[in-house]
Amino acid sequence: MSDFSERSERGPRRSGGGGGGGFGGGGFRGRPKNCPFSGKAAPKIDYKDVHLLRRFISERGKIVPSRITAVSAKKQRELAQAIKRARFLALLPYVDKRSGTGG
Amino acid sequence: MPLYENVFIARQDVPVSQVEALTASFADIVRAQGGQVTKTEQWGLRNLAYRIKKNKKGHYVLFNLDAPAEAVTELERTMSLNEDVLRFLTVRVETLETEPSAMLRKDERADRPFGERERERERGERPRRPRSEDAPEAGVEA
Repeated sequence: MSDFSERSERGPRRSGGGGGGGFGGGGFRGRPKNCPFSGKAAPKIDYKDVHLLRRFISERGKIVPSRITAVSAKKQRELAQAIKRARFLALLPYVDKRSGTGG
Repeated sequence: MPLYENVFIARQDVPVSQVEALTASFADIVRAQGGQVTKTEQWGLRNLAYRIKKNKKGHYVLFNLDAPAEAVTELERTMSLNEDVLRFLTVRVETLETEPSAMLRKDERADRPFGERERERERGERPRRPRSEDAPEAGVEA
């Protein structure tokens, strides 16, 4: 919990802080709703879409928390359900021990 | 009638012809109960993410069903009795896809771990430079 400030660059961008830096985006950015599943071109969450789901699990096979992926709470529940279905059908691993280091 | 998707996995050492026969017999069960099979997809022999009953691979088949609940009960009962079926999942859905499902679509999306895309966008054109704190998210979390 203590190292939270370090990570703010990756997580959903809060207003202010660093927005004006030299980073490509440039300028002040408000608090964008950047949930990857909202908006017009958003992909549908589907347990059959393994490529999509893979982006939201860690190398170990864990579901990545929404505070890191910026997925909205509603979509995160849908996503979790889809990942669990894909796991049941052996499309995704419950636990991946081959790659990654984390324990 | 309610709409369902059903996926089942057949054992790896069942020949393809027999998988097709199996698929046909399951479809017949649904029809016999007054249901309709609106789409059947063969995903072919795929690697399983983990072993199921000592199988490393399995034949995946998807059904789209417009059928009464009794038909689904009967279908699931038959599948659970069939030893060639490793696993099955039936999900009730609001709408049935008519196009090939995500599994069969050619996927151009890069299969990158979470985070890279977002970071690239934030940094615009800046070239990636390795940084120690940039270790994969997964490592940090897991």
